[in-house]
Amino acid sequence: MAKKKKQKEQERKEQAKAYEKYVKQFTPNPKYFSNAFKAFVVGGLICVIALYIQNLFMAQGMVKKDAATAVTVILVCSAQLLTGIGWFDSIARFAGAGVIVPITGFANSMVSPAMEFKKEGLVLGSGAKLFTLAGPVLVCGISVSVIIGIIHLLINKG
Amino acid sequence: MDYLWAFLIGGLICVIGQLLMDFTKLTPPRILVIFVVSGAILTGLGLYQPIVDFAKSGATVPLPGFGYLLAKGAMDAVKIDGFMGALVGGLKETAAGITAAIVFGYIIALIFSPKPLR
Repeated sequence: MAKKKKQKEQERKEQAKAYEKYVKQFTPNPKYFSNAFKAFVVGGLICVIALYIQNLFMAQGMVKKDAATAVTVILVCSAQLLTGIGWFDSIARFAGAGVIVPITGFANSMVSPAMEFKKEGLVLGSGAKLFTLAGPVLVCGISVSVIIGIIHLLINKG
Repeated sequence: MDYLWAFLIGGLICVIGQLLMDFTKLTPPRILVIFVVSGAILTGLGLYQPIVDFAKSGATVPLPGFGYLLAKGAMDAVKIDGFMGALVGGLKETAAGITAAIVFGYIIALIFSPKPLR
C-alpha cells in the first residue's frame, strides 16, 4: 500500500516536471538586453524631466526642498491621470521598470487596484484597494525609517 | 551636466529594477518594497546622500529616493525632537507626496473605469 502511494507520488512529480518543461517552450524568454535598455532610457528621461521642472520652479524663487516636493506631486498626479485614461499600462508594457521604479510606479500601483474594485463600493472597494500595493511599501518604509531614527538617536547620544 | 548624471543614475536604478524583474521571480510589489527599504537603509548608513548630491533628481525620483526622504526626515527630526522625532520625521518629510497620491488617486479611481489593455 505504502509502496503504491510512493509510486503515485513520484509519477505525479514527474508529470509536474514534464508540464513545466512543456510550458517553458511557450513562455517567451524575456529579452534581457532590450528590456534593460528601454528601462534605462525611459527611467532616465523621467528623472531628467523631473530635474528640468525642479529647475524651473527654483528659477522662480522656490526653495529647493519645496521645488522637489512640487515635482514629486506633479509626477504622481500625472502618472495617476495616465493610469485613469488607460495609457499607463501601455507605457509600462513598453518601458517595464522604467516607469515602475520611479515614483510614477508607486502612484500607478495605488490607482489601478482602486479602479478595479470600484464595484465593491467607495469605502471597502476603492478606499481599501488604494493600499493593496502601496500599503506594504508604506508599512515597510515607515517602519525602517523609525528604526533608523532611533538608531541615530542612540548613536548621537552615545 | 546635472541632466546627464540625473539621466545616467536614474536610468541605472531602473535597470536594476528591470533585471530584478526579469532574472528573479520577484513580483513588482516586492521590488517596490525592496527599493524603498534599501534606499532608507543606505541613507541611514550615509551612503545615499552623496548619490543625491551628485545625481539630484536621478536619485530622488526613483523609489529609493522615497526611502531616502523617509530616513532623512527621521534622522533630521531626531536631532531636534529626540525620540518623538523618530516617529514624526519620516512621514512629515514625505507627507505632501503621500497625501497627493492618496487624494488624487482616489479621485481618479472614482472618475475613471479600468480599460482593457490595448
